[in-house]
Amino acid sequence: MYLIPSLIMFGCGVYGFITRKNMIAMLISLELMLNAVDINFAVFNRYLFPNGHEGMFFSLFAIAIAAAETAVAIAIIINVYRVAKKVDINQITKMKF
Amino acid sequence: MDSIGNVIMYFVFALAIIVFSVLAVTTKKILRSATYLLFVLLATAGIYFQMDYEFLGATQIAVYAGGIVVLFVFAIMLTHKPGEDSEALNSHRRALGLTACGLGVLVCGAALFSFMKIRDAVELATSGDYTVNQLGADLLSNKGYLLPFEALSVLLLACIIGAIVIARKR
Repeated sequence: MYLIPSLIMFGCGVYGFITRKNMIAMLISLELMLNAVDINFAVFNRYLFPNGHEGMFFSLFAIAIAAAETAVAIAIIINVYRVAKKVDINQITKMKF
Repeated sequence: MDSIGNVIMYFVFALAIIVFSVLAVTTKKILRSATYLLFVLLATAGIYFQMDYEFLGATQIAVYAGGIVVLFVFAIMLTHKPGEDSEALNSHRRALGLTACGLGVLVCGAALFSFMKIRDAVELATSGDYTVNQLGADLLSNKGYLLPFEALSVLLLACIIGAIVIARKR
């Protein structure tokens, strides 16, 4: 039952990740997808294995890793903006071979 | 999932998640997108609270709604001029995105509904022990979470140093 909003959230994340050109907007879509997966971990743990804590710990670790990943990604985006003055992925072609 | 209040709260959270995640990926202004992301994350925390995962919900609010959204807002303000809209999508890209998203949702939704048909009454078990006490004891016991826990602390340290090194002014 909780899987339906999580499924739609994941679908929105996929759509945004493909269609958005702005790097920060792509990162927001990525966060939506990660969040949907966290909900799935928690729901499967709660409904199928209510005596274990595995899914909950997976969600906790996933939240922590998502925070770390977002911090590094935003540092990279700000650095790219400082060099190129743009954050759109189709305008940053300096490293293209 | 028994009392009527729980059902109402479930629908409120589910509707908030669906509406705000659709808005977050379709809105033109990037700052609004970050705000809608904040609402989605808060509704997710509400779902965790409903499942009796109080610690997970509190972590979700503290880390996501308190930390990551603030990071996003700062990054947006540093890299965007105010009032600047993102440009319109071309139809090819939108069609590609809609196809990928629609295919994924279709397959997963079909799996979900067939699963629901098999066992339509999946009841919320009440036998779990989800206090913070129990969680801490599990985390530091020999159940296998100690190594990921320590690895995660090293990862966070590396991430702090990496973020400082990357974003430092030369």
